Amino acid sequence: MGEASSLLSGTARISHLEMKGIVKQFPGVLANDHVDFEVRAGEVHALLGENGAGKSTLMKVLYGMYKPNEGEILIDGLPAVILSPSDAIAKGIGMIHQHFMLVPSLTVAENVALGLRSSRGMLTDLKVVSERVIELAKLYGLLVDPSAYIWQLSVGQQQRVEIIKALYRGAALLILDEPTAVLTPQEVDELFVTFRQMVRDGHALIFISHKLHEVLNISHRVTVLRDGRVIGSVATEEATKEGLAQMMVGRDVGLKPEHKKVDVGKAMLELEDLWANSDRGVAALQGVSLQVRAGEILGLAGVSGNGQRELAEVITGLRNLIKGRVILGNKDITGKNPGEIMEQGLSYIPEERMRDGMIREFNISENAILREHHTQPFARRGFLNFPVITQYAGELVKKFNVKTPSLDTPAKNLSGGNIQKLILARELSRKPGVLIASQPTRGLDIGATEYIHTRLMEQRQEGTATLLISEDLDEILALSDRIAVIYEGQIMGIVERQNANAENLGLLMAGVRE
Amino acid sequence: MITELLSLNVLIGIATSGIRLATPYLYAAIGETFGQRSGVLNLGVDGMMLLGAYAGFYVAFTTGNLWFGLLAAIIVGAVMGLAMAFISVNLQAEQGISGIGIYLFGLGMSDLLFQKTLGTVETVKGFRSISVPYLSDIPIIGEIFFQHNILVYGAFALVPLAWFVLNKTTLGLKIRAVGENTQAADSLGVSVSGVRYFTLTLGGILSGIAGASLSIALLNVFQVNLTNGLGFIAVALVYFGSWRPGGVLFGSLIFSLVNALQVWVQVLGIDIPSDIAVMMPYVLTILVLVFTVQRTRPPSALTKPFERGE
Repeated sequence: MGEASSLLSGTARISHLEMKGIVKQFPGVLANDHVDFEVRAGEVHALLGENGAGKSTLMKVLYGMYKPNEGEILIDGLPAVILSPSDAIAKGIGMIHQHFMLVPSLTVAENVALGLRSSRGMLTDLKVVSERVIELAKLYGLLVDPSAYIWQLSVGQQQRVEIIKALYRGAALLILDEPTAVLTPQEVDELFVTFRQMVRDGHALIFISHKLHEVLNISHRVTVLRDGRVIGSVATEEATKEGLAQMMVGRDVGLKPEHKKVDVGKAMLELEDLWANSDRGVAALQGVSLQVRAGEILGLAGVSGNGQRELAEVITGLRNLIKGRVILGNKDITGKNPGEIMEQGLSYIPEERMRDGMIREFNISENAILREHHTQPFARRGFLNFPVITQYAGELVKKFNVKTPSLDTPAKNLSGGNIQKLILARELSRKPGVLIASQPTRGLDIGATEYIHTRLMEQRQEGTATLLISEDLDEILALSDRIAVIYEGQIMGIVERQNANAENLGLLMAGVRE
Repeated sequence: MITELLSLNVLIGIATSGIRLATPYLYAAIGETFGQRSGVLNLGVDGMMLLGAYAGFYVAFTTGNLWFGLLAAIIVGAVMGLAMAFISVNLQAEQGISGIGIYLFGLGMSDLLFQKTLGTVETVKGFRSISVPYLSDIPIIGEIFFQHNILVYGAFALVPLAWFVLNKTTLGLKIRAVGENTQAADSLGVSVSGVRYFTLTLGGILSGIAGASLSIALLNVFQVNLTNGLGFIAVALVYFGSWRPGGVLFGSLIFSLVNALQVWVQVLGIDIPSDIAVMMPYVLTILVLVFTVQRTRPPSALTKPFERGE
């Protein structure tokens, strides 16, 4: 493979890209502290680190979205000036963002053509674009219909469009920011086939992830960042899950919470034939029936948008039912308002923790008593009792290890992990009979995730019936006693813990019933 | 009495004035369509129209040249559009509120200038009707469609033109992308600010022409609050037309026909209180919005200012 050799897509390859001594300073935070990083044609270099370790900052520097305070970027030995995403694209660097950069109301071809010079001058040349899209799709196994609208595509297909977009613009090096976060296991496998093909063809890939088994599966090298510094770079062959986790966090971590045997009690939450609509007025739940028993965690697996959100909202009284019954303990709570339902011993960790779990502008103390602010001892005759509230909030913060400068700090200033701990503290201190936990660790780093998992397991030990709704299959497999899979608003099947694995759950998640 | 309304001559009259009266709606609403498709709600249309109407009238009145008047309306509209762009793009102000500000400025300013420069209601001889050769000789059809002034023809020509620009050009693709997902457009090197400046300036120009179409082509006078809220109906028409030029055309015709009907009802002296008749187009606006707003989805980024992430 000589200097002049080009990729199947026709683009010149980037044989070697090097970032040297990158420093990026934000007010009060040193996000990148003399970071060195390199990637070569024909390899997948994984970039691993906790939230806030500086991975995204480093990649945004590479993609021209941030200007570094110090350091330089060398492409094939020559210094490269990258001041904007357009510069990066012109130099053959593409980025697949975690949140897709697609316009849902436009077609695949229109999304690809957007911002490009057209061969027909002022008029769009969608025919030419479509042909090229099909060509690229064939080369790398990324089949999509160029005339389909984005909103018609599955998440996996949308991701293919993102990759095609980058290839179309001549990307020889691709930055992949958590590309598997929203995919089913089968879709991940397909994506990895594409990645391997691209690497064989001479592309250079940078793979950002915090899923260790995926990093071990796809990458050739792993570089770990922590607190803005490079902790180490290892060949993947020589790496282990435990070793990488230790490098990321800086201490030993238990990757799998202990799953002790617990005697399962009577059904605490019974859902009977639930039907409900989504915000768009489409049927989101179509006859869901489930039981959650005391001392068990029932995992609800599924690809995002298959009715999970609506189910949680229906149980907690935030969304109206069309049909069906919800029984909590032995009380029928169908059609009751959220306040009445909570008083019956239901706690809720909402999916959108910043939107539904907290009031951003309120401080820690106020958020800690949101649920019970109107009851004794926090309020008497309508007046808030601040000394009691402050003392109580202080205890919660201590007990649940919430890192905050003070109790007067607004919730919005806390990190995601600490917010979640505060919500957990508020919800669990009520000693709930039933707990609905929606995506409890989404977006959290390993340390916080480990903590939340431990707390959920403790709660199970104490006899709480937990419905764990998660799109993270590893989390579901690690915590659940039984696993129900939801697809298009229907329960596809319930699998016992000992029989569950990524393959059989993945098929159910894709709507395939064995 | 009702039978008088149904005579052929009256029906032709209603249809002809319906076509004529659609003119300001079309200019203003097509301009607003561009703005909204790029994600900016401009509620200041009526104010821009008033200033355009005043500028067009004053220049035409003093110079005696209607084209100078039209040019003045275009310039004033463009300046107002640029102002709206500066407020909503650079200052990232709440679009609804700043639009109302622009409206009140236009209303007050046009009033002030009118008092200071004209003082009384004057008239000009507006753009004359041009009969399209051959076509205007067709019975009925010719009278309804092909005996209008240049601004009327321009308004109807604007509809397919706007459709073509939005759907067939790279510029249109950029406008639609910016209105739906600013981040995505930005990540592909599309200038979100540039696109919004363009659509708002274009919207301003078309609002200015809409105003001039009243003052130097249809009514040929200027007075305080000449538009009488027409610009707000134009904004509603964009919703009614589902952000599509064809839909806007359909809506404009409905409103202008109801207006024409209302005028003829009064002309013929049919025994309905005139207040009720005048109210009809507005009642229709509300009803139409109530029944259509559920059906369609506005551009996702509408009213959202754009700022580069984190």
